[in-house]
Amino acid sequence: MELFLQQVFNGVMFGSTYAIVALGLTLVMGILNIPNFAHGHLYMIGGYITFFFMTSVGLAYWFALLLSVAALGVLGVLMERFVYRPLNDQPHINAFIAAIGSLLFLEALALVVWGSQGLRIPNPHPQIFEVGGITMSLQRLLVIFGAVGLITALHLFMKKTIAGTTIEAVAQNREGAMLTGINVNRVSAMTFAISAGTAAVAASFLTPIFMLSPSMGAILGMKAFVIVILGGMGSIPGAILGGYILGLIEALGGGYISAAYKDVFAFGALVLILSIKPTGIFGRKED
Amino acid sequence: MFTKPIHTKLLYLVILAAALFLPLYVPDPYIFQIVTMSLLFAIATSGMNLIIGITGQASLAHGAFFGIGAYGVAIMTKAGITFWLALPASALIAAFAGLLVGLPTLRTRGSYFAITTLCFGVILWIVAGNWIDLTGGHNGIFGIPRPSAIPVPFYGEIPLYSQAAMYFLALGFLLLTLFALYRLVYSIFGLSLMAVRNNEPLADSVGVNTFVTKLVSFVIANFIAGLAGGLYACIIGAVSPSAAGYMMTFNFLIFLILGGMATLPGPVVGAFAIPVIMEFLQFMGDYRMLFFGALLVVVIIYFPQGFVGGLRLLNQKVVARRQRKISESGHASR
Repeated sequence: MELFLQQVFNGVMFGSTYAIVALGLTLVMGILNIPNFAHGHLYMIGGYITFFFMTSVGLAYWFALLLSVAALGVLGVLMERFVYRPLNDQPHINAFIAAIGSLLFLEALALVVWGSQGLRIPNPHPQIFEVGGITMSLQRLLVIFGAVGLITALHLFMKKTIAGTTIEAVAQNREGAMLTGINVNRVSAMTFAISAGTAAVAASFLTPIFMLSPSMGAILGMKAFVIVILGGMGSIPGAILGGYILGLIEALGGGYISAAYKDVFAFGALVLILSIKPTGIFGRKED
Repeated sequence: MFTKPIHTKLLYLVILAAALFLPLYVPDPYIFQIVTMSLLFAIATSGMNLIIGITGQASLAHGAFFGIGAYGVAIMTKAGITFWLALPASALIAAFAGLLVGLPTLRTRGSYFAITTLCFGVILWIVAGNWIDLTGGHNGIFGIPRPSAIPVPFYGEIPLYSQAAMYFLALGFLLLTLFALYRLVYSIFGLSLMAVRNNEPLADSVGVNTFVTKLVSFVIANFIAGLAGGLYACIIGAVSPSAAGYMMTFNFLIFLILGGMATLPGPVVGAFAIPVIMEFLQFMGDYRMLFFGALLVVVIIYFPQGFVGGLRLLNQKVVARRQRKISESGHASR
């Protein structure tokens, strides 16, 4: 029972990360129709930038986190402007290939600047609690509650502000949004900035717990893709729910069946579900 | 129907002659090994070109099928089966795996197909690293025997121990693959492949069975990938999970895009030029991938036809200008 609860706790923590990362991806994929396959690598760069500000510059954890979010926002805007916007009216698959090019670039960048060995941020919140036999560290609790806070803030932004509603307008009808005077390019850039910024938050939350390495973005990015496709392109509740479900499946599958094969569950589920329903569970007909 | 001008034919002949006499003028065994590997990558990338370039379905599991071929030959030859049986058997296993994977995944389209095949590739990579009894886990399999000598009547045997023999083995299979692909692409079936790429609903409505067409293309592409993988195992003499990894797929993709999608020479040019450039850029170390990642983005935005496609476009422009000049001077003299 204690093992079960411990696994559920870990699953919820992983799920929180997956939810945030998938949320960022679903914004650009569902709303702008851009298969940003380099999203996991933006996450990785976000983690490294937090590391940079903490260890090389010597800032406090929260300050480094904010700067990392800002830096990734800028990186997201640059990526939208110089990689994806020129490919707007070319076949979809070209954008996918461009994404692979940018992920190779970002991975090489991390390798060149920070080296291939794992790096670790000193844990800012090392306190540990024991509640009902479950061991939980303050940093892990922070991941869980931070994710809830971020999701709530993003929801309020999308529903209550004008800037947020323009994103939704573009998602519903690109031409219609243009006709009502919305600058679609600016909305694209903003969406990319939010998407990359949320990835930086997720990375900064998790890096005090796990090692940073240049290759950590690839698998996470693929998992985020799995979640977005299963949860429905552009569906924010789908991404959040899918993130938590995947986290729980992995933690329980890894704890009870096989730790070495825990990544197989996620990818196997995607292959299985897309074979049965080629446009995803809640998928719209794609164009 | 598709006759080429005489200078193109001559160029191909010169390249073939250069390839045949290559062991004479490349004495450095290290460079020679790179060229031999390029031959393998050219085979695999040509297979990838069939499914991505000609049929328009972005399969990102190509490295996985390459890995199936490599592990197939490694496991079978270690078990005592002769290489000449293990190689076709491994390629057939890769093709059969392609059939099993293609049946469900080819129902998806566009990025969905890309991500599904990529997921399959990652699953296979994880399995290759963890199924220790069969694949040797992360260490892989070492000491794969070289192929046995080929008996030739009235002559004796051709031994296959030397590096040059390995080179000619790979070159032979590359020429065979290119010939088969040439016959395939310039056939009625090849036309239906391109029809599926250009407009799938239209191809469907004029009577092309799009699903079967895509499936056959996928299976053939994976057969070729398995073949290249099998040759890789015997030439390198060892396989590890990285032979089946997604980085292998991405490498093939770089060769394909930079060389020129949807052209037959493109993948070969890419598979030769990129590893050689990589070698020359050795001094750049890890900065090389920084360069190639950016190059991939620039090429896909501004030159989506790649090197060979760009060259053809240039050639067409030159020909068009020459014809215009001829017609203008014709008008002037009249």
